[in-house]
Amino acid sequence: MLHNSFHFALTVGRTATPEAVQFWILAPLAVIAALGILVVKKAVHSALLMAWVMVTLAIFYIAEDALFLGIVQIVVYTGAVMMLFLFILMLVGIDSSESFVENLKGQRIPSIVAAIGLGGLLVSLLGRATVSAPAAGLVAANAEGNVQGIAKLLFTQYVWAFEVVSALLITAALGAMVLAHSQKVRSPFAQRDLSIARFRKSSLGDAAGLPASGVFARRNAVDVPALLPDGSPAPTSVSQTLRSRGDIITSAPFALEAIEEQED
Amino acid sequence: MSTAALLGQDPGWLILVKGLLIFVFCVVCTLMAVWGERRIVARMQMRLGPNRVGKFGLLQALADGVKLALKEDLIPAAADKVVFIIAPIISATTCFMAFAVIPFTGTVTLFGHKTAMQLTDLPVSVLYILAIASIGVYGIVLAGWSSGSTYPLLGGLRSSAQVISYEVAMGLSLVAVFIYSGSMSTSEIVAAQHKWWFSVILFPSFVIYVISMVGETNRAPFDLAEAEGELVGGFHTEYSSLKFALFFLAEYVNIVAVSALATTLFMGGYHALPGLTFTEGWLGGWFTLFWFIAKVVSFFFLFVWLRGTLPRLRYDQFMKFGWKVLIPTSLVWILILATLRVMSQRAVSRIIVMGFSVGVVLLVVLITTMYDRTTAKAKAAAVLPDLPLPSFPIPALPGQLTVNHLTIDQTQVVTELENHNG
Repeated sequence: MLHNSFHFALTVGRTATPEAVQFWILAPLAVIAALGILVVKKAVHSALLMAWVMVTLAIFYIAEDALFLGIVQIVVYTGAVMMLFLFILMLVGIDSSESFVENLKGQRIPSIVAAIGLGGLLVSLLGRATVSAPAAGLVAANAEGNVQGIAKLLFTQYVWAFEVVSALLITAALGAMVLAHSQKVRSPFAQRDLSIARFRKSSLGDAAGLPASGVFARRNAVDVPALLPDGSPAPTSVSQTLRSRGDIITSAPFALEAIEEQED
Repeated sequence: MSTAALLGQDPGWLILVKGLLIFVFCVVCTLMAVWGERRIVARMQMRLGPNRVGKFGLLQALADGVKLALKEDLIPAAADKVVFIIAPIISATTCFMAFAVIPFTGTVTLFGHKTAMQLTDLPVSVLYILAIASIGVYGIVLAGWSSGSTYPLLGGLRSSAQVISYEVAMGLSLVAVFIYSGSMSTSEIVAAQHKWWFSVILFPSFVIYVISMVGETNRAPFDLAEAEGELVGGFHTEYSSLKFALFFLAEYVNIVAVSALATTLFMGGYHALPGLTFTEGWLGGWFTLFWFIAKVVSFFFLFVWLRGTLPRLRYDQFMKFGWKVLIPTSLVWILILATLRVMSQRAVSRIIVMGFSVGVVLLVVLITTMYDRTTAKAKAAAVLPDLPLPSFPIPALPGQLTVNHLTIDQTQVVTELENHNG
């Protein structure tokens, strides 16, 4: 059942040529991508590089005869990175770039200490697994079948750790949902509020709404201010955005008198 | 000899030939599928469909493809350029990868080598297909995000939500197959269906799979990611020329891929229809390819039929259906199935198994009747006492139902109208 084309790994301590080739091609790419996660500006690009690192790791697992683990790595982590992607869009905004403003004061030193501690923990764990413990070898690990072997470990020895991690992940997901879901059901400036505000102002000049743009029958585009009865342009009739961009033209040439003069 | 062992003996050039054959099969399938879909939908709408280019319009898709390739390739100024270009490539490459583990035929002789028409076989090949499918979605989501425009972004987000929810239902429907066949390898699942197809024994899983495969491929009535009435073109609004063609190709190859997976997992794979098993030896085993393609084509017809028949779901209905109907149903069904499986493995007496099955059926009937009763009561209480008598067509107020609403007893409305009109 396990004799398939992915049978690269040999006995303990030796590396087959195809495995070495794929390692020297993929490992640098994975490391570059992992560094890229920290360096790139856009959060979405980080998420993508993360996905790439996860897929590369999955290929390593598959080459090491851990077929099930490799495939599950892709299924789980592509979904996870997709969630990360959505969280970025929901919490940070679509085009967000990293800002270097510290929101929490004095967090730098504790976080550096924590990071070094975590790194030391990981290194010591890996060291204990690779240096002191004798390796059983893949043949022994896959004796009952790759899937069956993992299932046995997961549901006996590591069941508690697994449950704890799942609780942690659910907490994180709920936390993100709470943070993303704002309590404001509607905007404070809904139509009703704006209407009330118009009547509360000192002048009732624009209580019925702002004047529409354009000079009637001559040019009704949004970039031409309307003319008031005295012939002066009404600045409130064009959008503030257009005005600040300098995209409006004067309405004088379209006034009735100006046209009549032209025709005369 | 098992299929996996047989495939392990393939020389390198044979693997390359098989890969090439699969690629050609997918591309030809896409061309035929586009033509077939347009013709079938046209027939359902009493039109003719494309019938000018080539015999019966068969070359229409090819002509359209050439036209697409010659169009101007635009990249919007607001787009994230790299991601914008990578997205269609991800879509179009991953869709082919699923075919690596699909068994097209049984044991056949190809260029003097005894082999099976299957590129490779993994002990976890069905999971592999799921993994590839979840990478494929990145194409759509990234296309939506990188376009730098609102409608594509909405389409991409819809697509990601859709795939996350329907992949859960799909995975759960596959669990039943794994439990029953005792394997996750496609060739072994096909072999396990030698006697009974899983679409018969695992009927609920089959139904859930078919529904979620339509959701996974973004096809009508679940094509919310590209709902042209709401989102212009959805995630591919900003795409043109070859990049758009790649998305188009990916969509149709994906349809063929999920149909092929449905055939493999539930319809006996390349095995002949019941009663026609003698045909499996014809042409040195190659005739099984005909059965495989025939089953895939019928699934494709189902896709087109759905598109021609059903209107698109509203987004909230779609999500509700996925999370509140499909996933709970699958979970309950897997519980029942696992219990039955353990019973049969431990050789529990037949009376207990029968008792359990009857109990489950009774429970389901009881719960559904009670649910129907309570909802019917609630509806009756909400609607009938102050039924508005419409004298002229006015839109209904919130909570009020119009006369042509299905839940109102039609005869009562008619009598009340007659009383009203004298």
